Amino acid sequence: MDTKIGIYICTGCEIGKALDVDKLVQTANDDCRPLVCKTHAAWCSPEGAQEIQDSVGTLELNRVAICACSPRYFADLFDFGKGVLVDRVNLREHVVWSHPANDDDTQVMAEDYIRMAVARLKNIEPPQPLLVQTSKKVLVIGGGMAGMNSALACAAAGYEVVLAEKEAELGGWAAKFSRVFPHVPPYRELQPTGVDELVRKVRSHGKITVKTSTTVAGTSGQPGQFIVSLQNRGAPEEIQVGAIVQATGFVPYNPAKLAHLGYGRSPNVITNVEMEQLVKDNRLVCPSDGRTPESVAFIQCAGSRDPEHLPYCSTVCCRVSLKQALYVRDRYPDARIYIIYKDLQSPAQYERFYARVQEDDAVFLTKGEITSVTPIPGDRLAIEADETLLGEKIRIESDLLVLAAGMVPTTKVDGPDNPPKAACTQPAADGKLAGEKKAAESAEIGAKILNLTYRQGTDLPTLKYGFPDSHFICFPYETRRTGIYAAGCVRAPMDLAATSNDACGAALKAIQAIECAAVGKAVHPRAGDESYPDFFMQRCTQCKRCTEECPFGALDEDEKGTPLPNLQRCRRCGICLGSCPERIITFKDFNMIATSQVIKSIHVPDEFEEKPRILVFMCENDAYLALDMVGVKRLQYNAMIRAIPVRCIGAVNVVWIGDALASGFDGIMLIGCISGEDYQCHFVRGSELAHTRMENVQEKLKQLVLEPERVKILELPINDFHRIPEIFDDFLAIIKSMGPNPYKGM
Amino acid sequence: MERARAENTLTADLLVVGGGMAGMTAAIEASEVGRKVILLEKGPSLGGAVTRMHQYFPKLCPPLCGLEINYKRLRTNKNVRVMTLTEVQSISGSPGNYLVQLKINPRFVNERCTACGACAKVCGIERDNEHNWGMDKTTAIYLPHQMAYPMRYVVDPRHAADSRMKVCVEACEYGAIELNQRPRTVAAEVGSIIWATGWVPYDAAKIVNLGFGRIPNVITNVMMERLAAEDGPTGGKIMRPSDKAEIRSIAFVQCAGSRDDNHLPYCSAVCCLASMKQAAYVREQYPDAEISVFYIDVRSPGRLEDFYVKMQQDEKIHFLRGKVAQITEEYNGDVTLEAEDTLTGTIQKVTASMAVLATGMVPATATDKPPINIETDEYGFLLQKNDVPIIGAGTVVRPREISATVQDGTGAALKGIIAAGTSR
Repeated sequence: MDTKIGIYICTGCEIGKALDVDKLVQTANDDCRPLVCKTHAAWCSPEGAQEIQDSVGTLELNRVAICACSPRYFADLFDFGKGVLVDRVNLREHVVWSHPANDDDTQVMAEDYIRMAVARLKNIEPPQPLLVQTSKKVLVIGGGMAGMNSALACAAAGYEVVLAEKEAELGGWAAKFSRVFPHVPPYRELQPTGVDELVRKVRSHGKITVKTSTTVAGTSGQPGQFIVSLQNRGAPEEIQVGAIVQATGFVPYNPAKLAHLGYGRSPNVITNVEMEQLVKDNRLVCPSDGRTPESVAFIQCAGSRDPEHLPYCSTVCCRVSLKQALYVRDRYPDARIYIIYKDLQSPAQYERFYARVQEDDAVFLTKGEITSVTPIPGDRLAIEADETLLGEKIRIESDLLVLAAGMVPTTKVDGPDNPPKAACTQPAADGKLAGEKKAAESAEIGAKILNLTYRQGTDLPTLKYGFPDSHFICFPYETRRTGIYAAGCVRAPMDLAATSNDACGAALKAIQAIECAAVGKAVHPRAGDESYPDFFMQRCTQCKRCTEECPFGALDEDEKGTPLPNLQRCRRCGICLGSCPERIITFKDFNMIATSQVIKSIHVPDEFEEKPRILVFMCENDAYLALDMVGVKRLQYNAMIRAIPVRCIGAVNVVWIGDALASGFDGIMLIGCISGEDYQCHFVRGSELAHTRMENVQEKLKQLVLEPERVKILELPINDFHRIPEIFDDFLAIIKSMGPNPYKGM
Repeated sequence: MERARAENTLTADLLVVGGGMAGMTAAIEASEVGRKVILLEKGPSLGGAVTRMHQYFPKLCPPLCGLEINYKRLRTNKNVRVMTLTEVQSISGSPGNYLVQLKINPRFVNERCTACGACAKVCGIERDNEHNWGMDKTTAIYLPHQMAYPMRYVVDPRHAADSRMKVCVEACEYGAIELNQRPRTVAAEVGSIIWATGWVPYDAAKIVNLGFGRIPNVITNVMMERLAAEDGPTGGKIMRPSDKAEIRSIAFVQCAGSRDDNHLPYCSAVCCLASMKQAAYVREQYPDAEISVFYIDVRSPGRLEDFYVKMQQDEKIHFLRGKVAQITEEYNGDVTLEAEDTLTGTIQKVTASMAVLATGMVPATATDKPPINIETDEYGFLLQKNDVPIIGAGTVVRPREISATVQDGTGAALKGIIAAGTSR
């Protein structure tokens, strides 16, 4: 399609005062050949926006460059319909607010930015959503509290649900409990679990199909089009679903590992789960001889908050022990109860429940570190603790000892000792990135629950301690397997009330994935994006970089290693595009040629002008905003910088580094998000991958007898924006010390 | 809906009240399922409590990062109508069919504002900057904060009628300032209502023995966030209020009001981790400062335990078990804290450059209840039952940290979709 370009230069907000606008219009006309190039004192005013809208109509423009403020403002106003691609030239924040007025370098910067926008507009197309037949059914795996609540929520919202439970009955752990600690005011009395009623609701709901004694034998496909093979006693049954909620819960920490706390050394040492069972079965007695316990001790953090066992806090055990203390009080009013804890975890309104137990004189609560648990004659236990509230060592003798054992997600039943299995059976291609293996392996640890046929592993990648939790504080349902969401205790340790709530959130994400797939739109963080990667397979060399590097496991492989894209899994980060040495991956509005042309559109002065040029690729989510803030705060930075926003710095292809060096750029920077354990990259591994690629580039530069320091990668949290001017100055100083790019002008 | 609507009546599937993280999340998540949402915020900008935070625990990452993604999800989102400076006046109807009267308070700045800042440059009137808890001033026409959404100035209504505001009107090249704006009312027909009005910090002055308000170098945890933030009153440099002196030592007082029958009988759930995070701020700026944390129980559930372990390993951070009974001021501005060390039974005294009170969360609904018959607990938290007319989200339900708040907001989105019934 012919590109018909309009350029609209704003003169407001000091732009007109700081730049020679007539000259800018002249340059735009000469270099960009638009159908129209106009100026206005405020394109963002209703009249200004209308004027653009009108000329878009009369001139049938399909490309519009708004040369004004940051794209972060007035995005809705400068939307001229589906076929009209808009690019924003950020003259305000990135040029005039952060550079000297009426200065040649500032003027040239503005000219470059206009050329860059037009070069991009000329080489991109409007995205067309990929529309496919989708199923709107949700598969919920796990029939406990989380699974049942997820199923009911989806069904109530009008979605068909298949609920698969591996046991013969629904209910999960909650069905094994007698009562739950209070989540309703006045937060003092134990409450019924409500599980029977929930099971009834699930069983009787017309939109929910319950499949008990059923596991998942295999899962393939993508959001809107998952094919799941369910394994019952008989032959596998194949169903098509649009999204999956994994609510497979937890298993109690293996008490056999708690011998130091007496487990296995006396029949009267039991776990909190076993205690529930005793109460449920109405035989709350000492297992040794069936006698009535005159004293019951609870040891908190039995295995939890312990680097040798579970390093994390299992969140609920303190309240569970408080609850179980009341079971004992209820049954045996004369029994003495001891609870020894590290820190008593009873957050929020549950504090009132704790206070209620504290009021009870028969319950002795103390902080303490357990030093020994010893079986003593009479099938009793001697418990010694140090660092107690009394400031001294204590010794407690009890008839029964309950270990408040923690939760292990079902996604990690192998335990910490077993080494992870190899991620993929095929040998990795040359140039395989180091970070990949780690991520892929994590998907292999633990139980096989989903049995994904994905190239990157059979299950949800786990984060830490085996939980397939989100790493993102702001996005707790972020998943690396689009359309599959974890809910309840498999995701993180949580109580029943929190589980019901979590189930609802995961259910929302599941139906959202379905609805987005149905209209060909991406889900978070590029929500609504209709672009997707297109692969020119004839030129693929089966290097497998893209299939290995995709953070979301969107690309499977055939036996030769050719990528098999599952586009509904794609989150449109562009990391595959960045990875491809053959340049065969293209998004309609983001591609190799467009960015190469953007780079080539920048006028690089020859070496005799002594005006170096630095090209900066910046993450459009964070670094771009940081550069905006530099302008907003009127901080000044060097005008030799030219910035190109990218979806993620992981989407930067090394070919562009070559293009930039060939164009005469003296240095190249990538500014992205924090990588490492506390990564902030919205696409998980983008900045980590960029690091590895740039290391490779630096090796290549050495071969070309170029200084590797000409390429620099930097991680910058948004609120460190004030460091930017200095960062640029420091880099320019290094570049100046090396002299101009020797390839300049060749 | 069949019946005829008044011409200017808005319609949406969901009404979300409160533009903080819980409300924004509920609105955005529901809209990305394809539902129409009205998102109300009483203040001039979205963002809520997190815009006042320097970093989140445990990653010590900037709240702006996630906030910007949410703003981005809103910017071109045709399913969400964002209404700032808007309050709910009345609610009638029943689930699936509510009529809500909204009051839109004047911003005195219209949509022509480009946030160029020319008005503020010439404005001669100052006001307390509530974004920084009054620790500095802004002009009477101001940006709510550096990451405001919408990015538009606002005039403090107390100064709109001041004749000195005319210079601002004249300085604006875009005709954006309209000092004669009046409140407007508008009706909205919605299928369901999510209430996410958040929390306010407990009034620390009520804890008389801890000296807040009397002793200048006793501050609260929310003030500490602003002192550490680069857009805060000190440009991000933590220094004590009385003399801008550097910090040689600092003490954090946990459960300042929380877990106390005389103040907040519940645990505010986030303060332990918030103080540890703030200890990390101090640690970064003052590597030699001694940091004491007085606590009853350190509550760091789940994986957050890792953060606690990391802090315990820091030789400069001392966790002292005990409830602080008294803070007194020394002649040089230092503060002395007295606490009973419950591990040894002795009274322990610590003198520090300043003290930070880890004050708790009070739900906004404790004082500002939705105008409809809805139950709260005795502390003002909304009760979540199946048949309640309004769905609570975030910290109006229970005190919780940001991740749990977003989680709750996501769940609330689905509850809202279910309650709203079929799309309108």
